[in-house]
Amino acid sequence: MGTIPQEHYEPKEGTTSKWINDRLPIMGMIDHLQKFPTPKNLNYAYVFGGILVLFLVIQIVTGITLAMHYQTGEASAFNSVEHIMRDVNYGWLLRYAHANGASFFFIAVYAHIFRGLYYGSYKAPREILWIIGVLIFVVMMATAFMGYVLPWGQMSFWGAKVITSLFGAIPLVGESLKEWLWGGPYVGDATLNRMFSLHYLLPFVIAGLTVLHIWALHHVGNTNPTGVEVRKESLETVKKDTVPFTPFYITKDLFAILVFLIAFAFFVYFAPNYLGHPDNYIEANPLATPAHIVPEWYFLPFYAILRAITFDFLWIIPAKLGGVLAMFGAIAVLAFIPWLDTSNVRSTTYRPIYRWWFLVLVIDFFVLMWAGGQPAEGIVPLVSLLATIYWFAHFLIVLPVVGLIEKPLPRPETIEQAFKDKHDHSDDASSGPTADASVQPAE
Amino acid sequence: MAHGDDKEGNGHGHVADEDRRDILFLATGATAAVGVASAVWPLVDQMNASASVLALSSIEVDVSALEPGQEMKVSFLKAPVFIRRMTEEDIAEAQKEDINSLPDPDARNPNAPDAQATVDARLLGENKDLIVLSGVCTHLGCVPLGDGAGDYHGWFCPCHGSHYDNLGRIRQGPAPENLPIPVASLNGDILKLG
Repeated sequence: MGTIPQEHYEPKEGTTSKWINDRLPIMGMIDHLQKFPTPKNLNYAYVFGGILVLFLVIQIVTGITLAMHYQTGEASAFNSVEHIMRDVNYGWLLRYAHANGASFFFIAVYAHIFRGLYYGSYKAPREILWIIGVLIFVVMMATAFMGYVLPWGQMSFWGAKVITSLFGAIPLVGESLKEWLWGGPYVGDATLNRMFSLHYLLPFVIAGLTVLHIWALHHVGNTNPTGVEVRKESLETVKKDTVPFTPFYITKDLFAILVFLIAFAFFVYFAPNYLGHPDNYIEANPLATPAHIVPEWYFLPFYAILRAITFDFLWIIPAKLGGVLAMFGAIAVLAFIPWLDTSNVRSTTYRPIYRWWFLVLVIDFFVLMWAGGQPAEGIVPLVSLLATIYWFAHFLIVLPVVGLIEKPLPRPETIEQAFKDKHDHSDDASSGPTADASVQPAE
Repeated sequence: MAHGDDKEGNGHGHVADEDRRDILFLATGATAAVGVASAVWPLVDQMNASASVLALSSIEVDVSALEPGQEMKVSFLKAPVFIRRMTEEDIAEAQKEDINSLPDPDARNPNAPDAQATVDARLLGENKDLIVLSGVCTHLGCVPLGDGAGDYHGWFCPCHGSHYDNLGRIRQGPAPENLPIPVASLNGDILKLG
């Protein structure tokens, strides 16, 4: 199946498994997934993929059950959500799990993305794996946005109106595009109905993209904290660098899932509305905008970028369009990272200059998140603008330039060696650090 | 456990280790089973009747305007309920029938459990002059026609030709049972259904 040699699946003669596998090789696929050779040195930064799969399942299951009780439409949507909260058996639990599930989905996806950025998971031969990931992220944001519209509270309504109005900024076709999205000259029944339809559809698109994402992953194999590839010459070398996914990483992933679910449960049971906005418990009113409209926390960095452009850009792009382009561009730039990074070292661990810039990027992300949540007054617009400039500069300037001028640190020769260096100190506790002796010089 | 144990990735340790591992497996599996069950239950239970539906499962009907020989139809749980005040002649006609010759001798009355389909067991109220019936044919669920319809002067189901008498007892046709009487009680002129 993949580029990593793996023990071939051989079902015993006369078993049901063999009968099935001869007709549909699904038993072989399950066997492949279970025994998938996974680098033996993965740290806890690598658990978020498993967490994301779980949260996709949680969101789909709670979402389908909520859809059994939700009634779309201007007149009924808000009341049906209250009906879910008050009357439906465990409706409060399903809705709070779904709403907070979205937040925890995004916590995991941001951790997953920054892990990929730090360990160079986007570099060859994983460009397509990375780009599928960016697509999943985009569809996730669209899905979350549409889901937030469905309760038809004040934030739902005005969020829908503001975000769909962004498309009105596009020259020539903008106004007609906006009316096409709305299904008329205003945000109403038609808009809400299509949001519900698409909110139900897109998770299955995400599930399909996830299959492609995991397929690509199993074809090229995981990265690891050293960035050194698994030696794929033979089954023997693979076995020295990896362990089977089951039981080793399934256990580690399950442990991480449990810890993550504890935090999730805390929010669901003790602070279910902490991450939401009280204004969304007021029914949508097209005649009164809330004083301070903010999107959900997971959109704040990109919302800050949208608001940061308050001037006409390059004399030809009006501010409104500039903000829209910057916001979409801030996400689109991620897809080009595999070609913007000029370093031949994968893991940031061995990049003494870039790791500081990476830290700045993480801080920049949180600064944008803070700025997106503040009213656009005082110092906030300036901070937003500077942070936006850095976001683009990081990917378009820092990433290409640092790769060219940086002298990387020596890296271990193999994963096996890196693993030994880290874990075998107990054998000769008296000796000093032995790692230096076993590393190869930098290229 | 020393790192060396798992070097080959096959997880084989000492015998004592395997015993310990079995217990860990069982304990983990049992905990997971309880966890999954408690997570699945809300997903199943949400499909049961919600509190707002259950709140409608009991209604009150004022029957004071109903004169002998008059019939009314009310909607209860989105299905019709027939309420008729019997005349003396109606009761006399119903009493003539031999219970044992009826297709369904059971009273089908949850307010008088295990009773036979006698006039007494089918009628409600202190005066025993009120017949309250679920208006859903016991054959395939159509709504029978009333006001003395059919060969037995009670109800007649136009779908497949079931004849009910004036106590709602099946007399002729494909319906297997008498029209059931809903859970009901009479307080003065107020009939409480459910």
